[in-house]
Amino acid sequence: MASKFTVSNRTGWLMAGPAVLLIAGFVILPFFLAIGFSFTNQRLVSPNPTEFTGLENYRQLLGVTTLTLEPVRDEAGAVVMKDGAPEYPSLRSLTRNNPDRPDLAGMREWFNFSTGGDSRTYVLARDVVFMKAIVNTFIFVIVVAPVQAGLALGLALLINQRLRGINVFRAIYFMPVVVSIVVVSLLWRLIYDGQSGLLNNLLGTISFGLIPPVDWLGNPSTALGSIIAMSIWQAVGFHMVIWLSGLQTISPTLYEAAAIEGASKWQVFRYITWPGLRNTAVLILIVITMQAFGLFAQIDVMTNGGPLDSTQTIVFQAIERGYGKQDISGGSAISVILFVIVLSISLIQRWLTREKS
Amino acid sequence: MKVFKLAASAAILCWASAAQAQTTLSMWYHGAGNEVELKLINEVITDFNASQSDWKVELQSFPQAAYNDSVVAGALAGNLPDILDVDGPNMPNWAWAGYMQPLVIDESKIANFLPGTKGVWDGKLYSIGLWDAAVALVTRQSTLDELGLRKPTVDAPWTKDEFMAALDAAKAAGKWEYPLDLGMAWTGEWYPYAFSPFLQSFGGDIVDRSTYKTAEGALNGDAALAFGEWWQGLFKNGYAQATQDPADRDGGFAAGKYAFSWNGNWAALGALAAFPDTVFLPAPDLGAGPKIGAASWQFGVSATSKNPQGAAAFIEFALQDKYLAAFSNGIGLIPATPSASEMVDNYKAGGPLSVFVEYSAKTALVRPVTPGYVVQAKVFEKALADIANGTDVAATLDAAADEINADIEKNGGYGH
Repeated sequence: MASKFTVSNRTGWLMAGPAVLLIAGFVILPFFLAIGFSFTNQRLVSPNPTEFTGLENYRQLLGVTTLTLEPVRDEAGAVVMKDGAPEYPSLRSLTRNNPDRPDLAGMREWFNFSTGGDSRTYVLARDVVFMKAIVNTFIFVIVVAPVQAGLALGLALLINQRLRGINVFRAIYFMPVVVSIVVVSLLWRLIYDGQSGLLNNLLGTISFGLIPPVDWLGNPSTALGSIIAMSIWQAVGFHMVIWLSGLQTISPTLYEAAAIEGASKWQVFRYITWPGLRNTAVLILIVITMQAFGLFAQIDVMTNGGPLDSTQTIVFQAIERGYGKQDISGGSAISVILFVIVLSISLIQRWLTREKS
Repeated sequence: MKVFKLAASAAILCWASAAQAQTTLSMWYHGAGNEVELKLINEVITDFNASQSDWKVELQSFPQAAYNDSVVAGALAGNLPDILDVDGPNMPNWAWAGYMQPLVIDESKIANFLPGTKGVWDGKLYSIGLWDAAVALVTRQSTLDELGLRKPTVDAPWTKDEFMAALDAAKAAGKWEYPLDLGMAWTGEWYPYAFSPFLQSFGGDIVDRSTYKTAEGALNGDAALAFGEWWQGLFKNGYAQATQDPADRDGGFAAGKYAFSWNGNWAALGALAAFPDTVFLPAPDLGAGPKIGAASWQFGVSATSKNPQGAAAFIEFALQDKYLAAFSNGIGLIPATPSASEMVDNYKAGGPLSVFVEYSAKTALVRPVTPGYVVQAKVFEKALADIANGTDVAATLDAAADEINADIEKNGGYGH
């Protein structure tokens, strides 16, 4: 049985050819190479032969264990207090050169918590920086996806009106998308500057000097939030345009019918606009999620993952390791992990938003 | 028609014979975008091409930020030029990876070169620099007088206590935003270049230089822990700022925001222009002697070059004092030889920057000479930034030592 793709379709293949070749060479091939490299010790620069190392890279990245410690007790059995809190045995004595615990060698504390009582549970990771990168990336995605999609929808509804000069607003909202993300990041670094940045000056002026200057990017508690805000602002215009195209496919007759029936604005949105945007919403959610997982340029330009790893992200770590530290295998393993994460989330999103018959 | 053909073939023959007589040597340089530097290097090339008839050097310039990536990409594609320039601490990595071959030049020609300008790996010379760079503690004579501080010399530098007393005095005076400007805004190679000498002055190091096989004990031993606590204290106690506006790094000292600035000779003329009484003090002795970094950009021959003797001839030609002096006059770096220094107003005996030559000769220590330095520099930079931001010193240095050791192991010991 000859299919449409093989019969008298030479022109079609000729036209698709260049794109297929480029995608094969620059997307598909590197993808399979990355999977292959992640099981070796491939270096960027090295005279040594590449060796197969199995799952070592993954074990190094994802190794996590917990350790519950009892507080130090004095001879009478009372808990030794230090600075008002119980003192625990030092982790360093367990994780470094300790022949009794070879399984803990090279691990570091990620965080610790107490489940009541005197004992304290420590979560140790083989690669704390990567763990923080995963957490930061998820925080970024969880905040950016709904907020950016919502803001973009709001803007799209605002500019989807027949008003004089509406194109000016469309252009203004879309402008940050056209500017290179590197340039935008450089500008926002100036805006966020801790001493004389625009944002600090603005806050100082409107509060009559009550708000002291904040070192937005130099403070671990504000750095990621600053990057989230700036990233939402930068790409919101792009998604606004997609929403807009979705809005314009909704038949005007439906709105006319609603007007005749005397529907309120909210009812129009709830029962006509929103159902009509269903497919657009699925697309936007998936696109934003995938883009947000790829967070890199802002970090590279603005913070380099700091301060104190508060802005490390998965892609930044992949590039930092692969090129900065010449460890292509480690970078590849990170990319594969990211691929698995994004793939599973996209599949879940597809499943959740499937057409229910 | 026939005449035209004849003329054409004659022209081709002519061109072919000229090409045969002169072999073309390609050369890559990192200075694209810097007009002065390019003019100087072109002058050397023009003089060399005119001075003999065997070789003809052709230059290709890259912006500094993209240079190292271009070399790595060129090497992977088997497409390196004959002559390369390389940042001193990177050289062992490229030599080990097989990008470079040993440089064969007349030993006597480089006998009086500053130690930091010679790129030696595995007992062989691979690269040589026309200049070196040095760092000093920049301040004003009036500041020293006002705070009642002794002016240190390279033979009698400030001790750690004297240095901290100076910072205390500056802090107490309340005239400056911060007593000390370390240059925290210059992320990247500045951290290992400028700050690892502090660690070495405490008696620690980035990696154990006796074997280059481990960082254990060097980066997290007692000396290193003492360094880490001291380093963290600089920020915790308000002597310096952990995050700095790049504009403050460039203009803060001249604007009077800092009493002392830890900065390189390239910024020295700017400081002198702002305050004529600017003085350049040697590094403090934090226990194991005063130390500053060394090694700047150097020239070498690529491993794939078919004409290494031609490339070496060019490099030898470029080592003349007049070119060393020209580069120093043009871009402000320290000439590699004493005789060239005498030809430069800034660096000749009694010149405003002549102390830098002395610091370079007496206190300079090259960064660890190992192919793993490229990774170690990154690990060190992150550790110092984290400690400055207040993490636990011992845990951070332990983690850094572990990461360096894992990398050394992954690379089969880097050929040491």
